Amino acid sequence: MQDPTTATSTAPMTDLDPPDTSTGHAAITPRALQVREPAPTDLATRDRIFSIEDVTISYSGKAAVRDIAFPIYKNEITALIGPSGCGKTTLLRALNRMNDLIPTAKVEGKVFYHDIDLYDSAVDPVQVRKRIGMVFQKPNPFPKSIYDNIAFGPRVLGMKGDMDSIVESALRKGALWDEVKDRLKTNAFGMSGGQQQRLCIARALAIEPDVILMDEPCSALDPISTGRIEDLMHELRADYSIVIVTHNMQQAARVSDMTAFFTVELGQDESRTGRVVEYDATEKIFTSPSDPRTEAYVTGRVG
Amino acid sequence: MATNSQQIGSGSTGSRLRGQAFKIVLWLCITASVVLLCLLLVETLRDGIPGLTGTLFANFPSFNPAKAGLQSALMGTLWLMAVVIVFIVPVGVGTAIYLEEYADRNRWWNRLIEVNIQNLAAVPSIVYGILGLAFLVRGPASLGRTVLAGGLTLGLLVLPVVIITGREAIRAVPPSIREGSMALGATQWQTIWKQVLPASIPGMATGVILAISRAIGETAPLILVGAATFVAFNPSGLDSAFTALPLQIFNWLSQPQDEFKTLAAAGIIVLLVMLAGMNGIAVWLRNRYEQKW
Repeated sequence: MQDPTTATSTAPMTDLDPPDTSTGHAAITPRALQVREPAPTDLATRDRIFSIEDVTISYSGKAAVRDIAFPIYKNEITALIGPSGCGKTTLLRALNRMNDLIPTAKVEGKVFYHDIDLYDSAVDPVQVRKRIGMVFQKPNPFPKSIYDNIAFGPRVLGMKGDMDSIVESALRKGALWDEVKDRLKTNAFGMSGGQQQRLCIARALAIEPDVILMDEPCSALDPISTGRIEDLMHELRADYSIVIVTHNMQQAARVSDMTAFFTVELGQDESRTGRVVEYDATEKIFTSPSDPRTEAYVTGRVG
Repeated sequence: MATNSQQIGSGSTGSRLRGQAFKIVLWLCITASVVLLCLLLVETLRDGIPGLTGTLFANFPSFNPAKAGLQSALMGTLWLMAVVIVFIVPVGVGTAIYLEEYADRNRWWNRLIEVNIQNLAAVPSIVYGILGLAFLVRGPASLGRTVLAGGLTLGLLVLPVVIITGREAIRAVPPSIREGSMALGATQWQTIWKQVLPASIPGMATGVILAISRAIGETAPLILVGAATFVAFNPSGLDSAFTALPLQIFNWLSQPQDEFKTLAAAGIIVLLVMLAGMNGIAVWLRNRYEQKW
């Protein structure tokens, strides 16, 4: 993408960047806002990749998120932020039907991917996950070689083509090739945490998805690894749509185009249900939010 | 500071003494068991080593102690092991996969199966012998007093152990691996076959080896399913009559001549070496291939 900030964002991470751990309560640094590219204002002309319509997701009958409705746009990075337990991850996992793996989970409402209702009975969740990849909070490489980690997806999907070049291309897209090209046959468990997470991203890219869902991909990583993954996300935005759950508000401000702010509503029976308070261009969320709850959260006064 | 350390110091003398006393009791326990075990081993080795000759392995049982050997028993045991492995690996692993990956615990029949397997692991081996006699040797299967019937009976006996260790090995594979695989568009079957099973093979193999080592040491069920104690030929197939090492040892011990006692002790040594070897392989497998997550 025509990102005027690429030069800034690919520069080596410096000490200027505050460590991840401090993020929850720190105000957004001016630098983080400077590197933001203004999001296009004309929402109607942008291509939607997801349309979330009145979605309520419950576990064993208890709603984890309620009445979620917003679109997610193609070739953009959409951040889901909010306090713990507000259902960001639950919603994210509804986008590629990973919630199906939890027997008690139930999704009501409609999630459209392009114009396909993902929860239509004719839709095979396995086919959904081929198009919509996912990167998890904790790096979860398979206990296999680096090569086999990447090749697993293409192999089970029966992808045609030279496996060596598929692996190389995925590792290049994951900004990992130069570091690992000489040890492709070594076990992925020998890599650093940041490398493992980039391996997981590369693994997701190897099956050529449309969308990549990231569930707090940097929460287990140090600032340098985090910076690398954020740079990578900027590069990937040209070809993929990315939805990222993050607790790190600077990260949301740095990388995303659109931001959804979630909050927790306490029910009478002490139930906790997530709601979306505000969904808007990231710049607006972080500079002039329309809801006072958003403002309190992003400025670090609560949360 | 000083007051703090005084507070910590006072009142702990009694409990420290109790701690020391407990440690001594534990030491006595372990010493007693180790000493007993060593005595048994030394006694057996002293009795049996003179009997460990070429004749022992080359010859079949005989009424003449000088000519008696345990080749048919050793071969019988090896045949039984083969039958047990072929039976318990697919059935045990399959059951473990079903219970861990597919079974819905909210269904009563799945819970019933689980409870049953736990209980079966504690059933005395003689009961399996009766089962083998009634259903495999005679009754529906009518296999006769054959290697197949004996091996299947021993297999049933150790199957619960294989299932339980198999389930533990599968459970040790973290859910994040399954999620990672499913998120790449793999089906549940591909996930199990290509991720979960390979990662749990060391644990399962350990369980299978320990189960086999238990199976070949069993005597009672084999007596019931009619393994002969005097077999002067090696098994020629699954439908062949057979004997096994523990039975041969039992047979020799019940002979009046002292020379047979030496043979029995030598037989015990052979059996012990086999068991120790298999347990050693199990330990090695676990240490060498165990996955640290």
